[in-house]
Amino acid sequence: MRSLIRRTSPDALPRDPAPSRMGYRYQRMMLTPGFRGTVRIGVPILLILIIAGSWYSKPENRAALAATIEETKQSFQERPQFMVQSMNVVGGDLAVLTEVAALLPSEFPVSSFDLDLEKIRADIEALDPIKSASVRVGQGGALDVQLNPRVPVALWRDGTVLRLIDADGVQSGEIMARADRLDLPLIAGDGAEDNIAEALRLFAAAGPLIDRVRGLVRMGERRWDMVLDREQRILLPSENPVAALDRVIVLNDAQDMLSRDVAVVDMRNTKRPTLRMNEEAAEALRRGNTTISTNEAGN
Amino acid sequence: MGDLYDSQRAMRQMRKAAMQRGVVAILDVGTSKIACLVLRFDGPEQFRSSDGVGSLAGQSQFRVIGAATTRSRGVRFGEIDAMQETERAIRTAVQAAQKMANVRVDHVIACLSGARPRSYGLDGTLDVSGGMVTEQDISQVMASCDVPDYGADREVLHAQPVNFALDHRSGLADPRGQVGNQLKTDMHMLTVDATAIHNLFYCIKRCDLELAGLASSAYVSGMSSLVEDEQELGAACIDLGGGSTGISVFMKKHMIFADSVRMGGEHVTSDISMGLQIPAATAERIKTFYGGVVATGMDDREMIEIGGDTGDWEHDRRTVSRAELIGIMRPRVEEILEEVRERLDAAGFEHLPGQQIVLTGGGSQIPGLDGLASKILGQQVRLGRPLRVQGLPQAAIGPAFSSAVGLTLFAANPQDEWWDFEIPAENYPARSLKRAVKWFKDNW
Repeated sequence: MRSLIRRTSPDALPRDPAPSRMGYRYQRMMLTPGFRGTVRIGVPILLILIIAGSWYSKPENRAALAATIEETKQSFQERPQFMVQSMNVVGGDLAVLTEVAALLPSEFPVSSFDLDLEKIRADIEALDPIKSASVRVGQGGALDVQLNPRVPVALWRDGTVLRLIDADGVQSGEIMARADRLDLPLIAGDGAEDNIAEALRLFAAAGPLIDRVRGLVRMGERRWDMVLDREQRILLPSENPVAALDRVIVLNDAQDMLSRDVAVVDMRNTKRPTLRMNEEAAEALRRGNTTISTNEAGN
Repeated sequence: MGDLYDSQRAMRQMRKAAMQRGVVAILDVGTSKIACLVLRFDGPEQFRSSDGVGSLAGQSQFRVIGAATTRSRGVRFGEIDAMQETERAIRTAVQAAQKMANVRVDHVIACLSGARPRSYGLDGTLDVSGGMVTEQDISQVMASCDVPDYGADREVLHAQPVNFALDHRSGLADPRGQVGNQLKTDMHMLTVDATAIHNLFYCIKRCDLELAGLASSAYVSGMSSLVEDEQELGAACIDLGGGSTGISVFMKKHMIFADSVRMGGEHVTSDISMGLQIPAATAERIKTFYGGVVATGMDDREMIEIGGDTGDWEHDRRTVSRAELIGIMRPRVEEILEEVRERLDAAGFEHLPGQQIVLTGGGSQIPGLDGLASKILGQQVRLGRPLRVQGLPQAAIGPAFSSAVGLTLFAANPQDEWWDFEIPAENYPARSLKRAVKWFKDNW
């Protein structure tokens, strides 16, 4: 007789609450702290690395990645906020400006990321006539270049070349003829450019003689000769040349020394200033002396 | 004698390692249920400097962090009968407890209730000839114990020195450092069937666990359900389990006798099942809901539906009065208790100063059992529940868990067994070098 209630089929085994051997081991393994940490953190990281590595190992993917990065960079750098539209160079004369302009970018607009301002500044400062420069991207996307040109204080005759020299002894250009810069004093000789300050002091001390001064010559890299017109020379000592020059000027004022036939005023030994006369003046003096002596002898 | 305890020593080492790691599992393999507790040893007293039992009877140093029970399968009379089934049941319990604890356990301390335990009282004598008693002397006096021939197929489960006597002074707990001539010891040794232990070993190994200790369930349920003065003065703990009933007698805080009756609650269930012609599951259910051992007039009128699913209306609507149920249960319970009485008489329980008998185990929850037991076993009978341990869930504080709770105490503070003492010098190969050096010193 069939029972009225539904029964489970006789084939079905009774439910077994026991975990399988593998399930039991798995759970024990997952309860091990080290293993658990590895599975929860290590495996995802490994998976991500594997995926990224396999994608990156293909050259076309690498290229695409590089292109994307480049494009993003480009699009960022070429935003209008970063573009330099014009340039504005201040200071310096026309010759300098043309030289500087060759160092600046020629095509505008250009991204400010592409400009190496530090290098531009270094290049500009490497030019002879420029003492210092400041380069910056200023208001309204303009490249502001502020030039601080060297101010020549003297001319330095180096062989046949006339160089302009500033107060630091750095040459800032060349000129063709002395007549181009008559306002600047002329110096010459080896080592002259290293003692510009002394030379300038001497020029300043020349006072009444200044119209007659042709220039200063550095002798033996230790002392100055002041060359006047009419082939006159004042030999100055290496120590305290300005005082010696002052003495010469005083002598000149008192006795009108330099307008006479004096070839060299030798002040090298300050205790004993020495004069050397022209050839003819010396002859004449000798003759005069003889006449006087004969006259005396005749008397 | 020496190599007998190698495995026990290994288990002690394992227990130490488990304590170091801080997590150990307790496994009570019973006939009706398998209980697994996970203990964590990290309490405030873990690094106590002074020795002795700490506060809360030393339980404050551990905490139960996982507990699981499962219906036992493949176990009969407290012995493993079908290994695969038992292994699966152990796996279920261990996995559930691990899941609750959220920690992996590798070491397990297990107890078994059956396996025909047999107690032996041993005594040994050593002549210390006026010297001070050293640890070596203690191990030698224990080695000098006369071990009876307990059979090749049996293993020693417990061997505890119960008493030391020095000359005429007896009852010493620790004779070290005392001076005397003759040192005597009394030892209690418990042997069980080797096959049962090997089966349990194998099952636990198959679950990828390491056995860190093994105890008799009668012993550990006595540890958990006897209070301190009962253990001191003498008491018997009757653990009414599913397939076997464990008996342990304690005196001076030492177990001096243990035995087991191969009858238990499952036999009551099978009696009900056979007597009422109902399935075992139903019999178990009505036993736990309506069972008892003392019938009253009220019980004649209380009808219990025992049901059935044959489809036959008459058969499926059967009822039985509670008195009838009690009438089936009582003779079996009486039989068990009488068997226990016999064992206790054989052990000479009546000569102990204390005659307290404590009933515990799942079977002790039968209503009216204490009245019946006092008629058979003596006047001083009480129902015992296990000690409260920290973190034990509410579901596991009943008397059915007294051996599991006792195992936690056993894990936390084990009593000294033979194998915890030093190895006697003559059996110890490493000492041979020392002896050689001594020989040289004496002769040169």
